[in-house]
Amino acid sequence: MMPPSLIQIAMRNALRTGVILFAFAIIATSLLVFTFNRTQPRIERSQQAAKLALLNQVLPHALYDNDLLDSHRALPPDSRLGTRQPSTLWIARRNQAVTAVALEAIAPDGYSGDIHLLIGIDINGRLTGVRVTEHRETPGLGDYIDRSKSPWIEQFAGKSLRLPASQQWEVTKDGGAFDARAGATITPRAVVKAVRAALNYFASNRKAILASAPANKATPTKENAHDHRQ
Amino acid sequence: MITASEFSNLFQNGLNKQNAGLVQLLGLCPLLAISNTLVNALALGLATMLVMVFSSGAVSGVRNFVPHEIRIPVFVLIIAALVTVIDLLMHAYVHRLYLVLGIFIPLITTNCIVLARADAFASKNHPLHSVIDAFAMGLGLTMVLVVLGGMRELAGQGTLLSGLDLVFGETAKQFVLHVLPNYQGFLLAILPPGAFIALGLLIAAHNWNKARADQRAHAALLAAA
Repeated sequence: MMPPSLIQIAMRNALRTGVILFAFAIIATSLLVFTFNRTQPRIERSQQAAKLALLNQVLPHALYDNDLLDSHRALPPDSRLGTRQPSTLWIARRNQAVTAVALEAIAPDGYSGDIHLLIGIDINGRLTGVRVTEHRETPGLGDYIDRSKSPWIEQFAGKSLRLPASQQWEVTKDGGAFDARAGATITPRAVVKAVRAALNYFASNRKAILASAPANKATPTKENAHDHRQ
Repeated sequence: MITASEFSNLFQNGLNKQNAGLVQLLGLCPLLAISNTLVNALALGLATMLVMVFSSGAVSGVRNFVPHEIRIPVFVLIIAALVTVIDLLMHAYVHRLYLVLGIFIPLITTNCIVLARADAFASKNHPLHSVIDAFAMGLGLTMVLVVLGGMRELAGQGTLLSGLDLVFGETAKQFVLHVLPNYQGFLLAILPPGAFIALGLLIAAHNWNKARADQRAHAALLAAA
């Protein structure tokens, strides 16, 4: 049987180690809490600014005078948007009248997984701009859909379901109007298809989307709270 | 304090003899993941260096209060807290760079070179020595990263410094060097296998260099005898 003194020593050692570890945890946590509180407002501001900058790329600033970030609502999942979860629709207004919307869509058939798109459409169904917000396409090959890599994605601005005609909504290789680089056709094909599907979605839901626009004025609080947590 | 020879020893170890990337082969995860362009490599190298300097300084400062049995959890705690602080600060003050380096900043926590220096050096040495050691080790890693990033970017895209605008704003776009105009690109160099191959070449060059130096030293020794 072990003498009690040894057990006592072991206990004291364990306690001492535990207290030291605990002290370090407290110090580290306080440091984190302090930094988090100091940086949080700035981080939120930069995130909002980044979001607005992204929205501005698909919705030209001349189109709206409302607070875009505050004027959004959720869209239920829809196969034409490629979404399996509710996505967001932003509503641009000028002098109270809806001028355009921006919506999130997913091209599910990229070369390596989903390509997330942000698509701006004006009330006449014309594209005001398209941007890729997230993708895992091959670097140096399929990633030219990313605006930071090449201006390819800009060719969508001004296009609509009537211009080019619907059978022209293909990449050039498939006889369509959208240029694609040799060697990487799968990626642009997926983007073209997703943009066309999103335009179709807008065309068939236009009334509901535009009619719902004033309603979101009344409900911003809850959605805002949700947005801030993201 | 520190003597000149200790100082130069620390640097020789960090940059050459014990180089994290070429000799110790520690911290390969970011080395392989982010070294696809020179700018990415440089940015992550500098961020890692910053974390190493701060964590080594902090670990060395508390080394006498930390019982041996719990040193690893305490060091990990310190490193993780520092990385998170740097992550938050970057997110708040250099948002654009933060977007580029994204997930790799938190990953610095898991970079074994940081913990390795904390445990192998900083926990046994004076804070000043530890900070210099961490700086030298970080610099050595950054240099390997930059060379690797440059090699892969040049072979993969035919450019150097692409993405500089993400760090310094739109005006920096003009500094991108299109070394090989109309280059078709070489995908292998950009994908992960390219990182392994390029790192292998660098290690081979380093070993070759070392072997030659050893041979010369040996020859000089024989001649003297």
